[in-house]
Amino acid sequence: MERPLTQHIKNDGTWLNLKEYEKTGGYQALRKALSMPPEELTTLVKDSGLKGRGGAGFSTGMKWSFVPMGRKAPTPKYFVVNGDEMEPGSFKDRLLLEENPHQLIEGAIIGAYAIQANFSYIFLRWAYHRAAKAITQALQEAVEAGYLGENVMGSGFNLDMSLHISVGRYMCGEETALLNALEGKRANPRAKPPFPVVSGLFGKPTVVNNVETVSNVPHIIVNGAEWFLQLSKSEEGGTKLYGASGRVKTPGLWELPLGTTLRELLEVHAGGMQDGYNFKGALPGGGSTDFLTTEHLDVPMDFKNVEQAGSRLGTGTITVLDDKTCPVGMVRNLEHFFAQESCGWCTPCREGLPWTAKILDALEDGRGKMEDLDILTFQTRYMAPGNTFCALAPGAMEPLQSALKYFREDFEKHIHEHTCPWKS
Amino acid sequence: MAEENILSEKEITEIREIYSHFPLKSAACIEGLKVVQKYHRWVSDKALKELAAILEMSPDAVDSVATYYSLIFRKPVGRHVILVCNSMSCWIMGYEEILAFLKGKLGIEYGETTPDDRFTLLAIPCLGTCDHAPALIIDEDLHRDLTPNKLEEILKKYE
Ligand SMILES: Cc1cc2nc3c(=O)[nH]c(=O)nc-3n(C[C@H](O)[C@H](O)[C@H](O)COP(=O)(O)O)c2cc1C
Ligand code: SF4
Ligand code: FES
Repeated sequence: MERPLTQHIKNDGTWLNLKEYEKTGGYQALRKALSMPPEELTTLVKDSGLKGRGGAGFSTGMKWSFVPMGRKAPTPKYFVVNGDEMEPGSFKDRLLLEENPHQLIEGAIIGAYAIQANFSYIFLRWAYHRAAKAITQALQEAVEAGYLGENVMGSGFNLDMSLHISVGRYMCGEETALLNALEGKRANPRAKPPFPVVSGLFGKPTVVNNVETVSNVPHIIVNGAEWFLQLSKSEEGGTKLYGASGRVKTPGLWELPLGTTLRELLEVHAGGMQDGYNFKGALPGGGSTDFLTTEHLDVPMDFKNVEQAGSRLGTGTITVLDDKTCPVGMVRNLEHFFAQESCGWCTPCREGLPWTAKILDALEDGRGKMEDLDILTFQTRYMAPGNTFCALAPGAMEPLQSALKYFREDFEKHIHEHTCPWKS
Repeated sequence: MAEENILSEKEITEIREIYSHFPLKSAACIEGLKVVQKYHRWVSDKALKELAAILEMSPDAVDSVATYYSLIFRKPVGRHVILVCNSMSCWIMGYEEILAFLKGKLGIEYGETTPDDRFTLLAIPCLGTCDHAPALIIDEDLHRDLTPNKLEEILKKYE
């Protein structure tokens, strides 16, 4: 099984430095890319079927193709790597950021060249201190080796790349809010359209791509679209970083073909449930996705199939709910997170999320009433996609609406027994 | 007599260097706050006003940015800041026990600092290390797979 993203990771506590990365074939993709017309690169990435790994799953090549090109295009343009990763239950980008920073940087240089951007930012969350050190060192090495800066590898292309360290806010991961943060402002989302590809950072064309997305790019350039497509078990190309946390025997992170089933993840890679615990459900890709349950174990974990099962692939790192953990408590924990992280820009989210969290507190404490379940259901409609300014609030409703559907009796037990049944 | 400035020449130079890369001085607002915090541990009203003057912004505008971000401290913090992950996977894996231990050991609640100024206790969302939950950060060090016993040892390293 091929693992292009992670095969060279050393696991000895040090990240791949420039020399080591070059030994694995590093920066050959950049050499090849610079010899190609930018538009051809975009077409190649489009043909590979690469879908964004940041959660929404939008075609990467398509996104690049929307950037204005040619001599009349606005300048400068920007290529931004989204390394904010603050969604509870998600921990995949951290590995790529910490262990193989050059793979990411090479992907970002190629992306910048493809859209003819002369500036690039790696937007990193503050808590990733080790990643910040790795990237700072790698950027320096790349400049010294002539992969970054003026006249990249003698091609005439100039690129300035810098690391931006965030100061903590989940909203910074939303691409338009991220641009505001890069401009030194509050990370409130912006109205779309115009989309960032046309009017982004400082009003100029900007591509924002996730860390895992960008890390795939060098491999696609070297090996081609066909190769990438055949890596996966489904019609969507590539491998995926999957992970599992919760009460499984071997929690962790694995690069596997896209379309690996939930069952294989749980039983083979995560080693099954810990002794004394049974599987009750899982969030497939972070706190803003809907629960899957035992009936979904054979769902291939790709964008299309998980959606057909009523959820979202999201980040692909699953959080497992066991039968000794209170589902109401788990959702309550999430809604407190979303309420706290709401930027407060629009009323349904600003008012609705704290209300939701308070009702869940009441249920947890045994003060809940049956009407509360109706109010919670109402909230999930009130904050459905299209009713709020950005996707934070609808995302917050996904675990709640699916918990109400699959674990309704657990909610009711809290009401009838006037306490959390898992506590007594 | 003029009051002494809080921001040193060195800090001011650092802040100027940052905005020199951007089309607008205000683009250095977040980075400027980070510089202030690096030297003073937190951002006082007075420091905030001085920063605002350098960036040609109103103090309120700078404050609206400062208060938006959870890792810009507008109140003094202790010598070591403990950031406890309070998100889903850590909650499943024993967060409450870890928090109860910390609160008991330090005698403080979230948002408080120990009387000897040694520790400030804060909550933080998912640290991206959920496969090693429960987890927390002290200063810049990540500590994972925590148990109260392990934590007892870890705390000793921070004076
Ligand atoms: C509230 C919120 C938080 C987000 N956080 C992240 C994040 O931390 N990392 C990320 O890559 N995408 C995040 N996204 C998705 C981005 O808006 C965007 O779709 C993504 O960065 C695009 O990259 P991709 O096409 O490579 O997936 C978030 C979206 C929302 C609504
Ligand atoms: S949905 Fe929430 S986070 Fe998004 S803009 Fe509205 S208030 Fe802000
Ligand atoms: S939930 Fe604590 S590290 Fe992810």
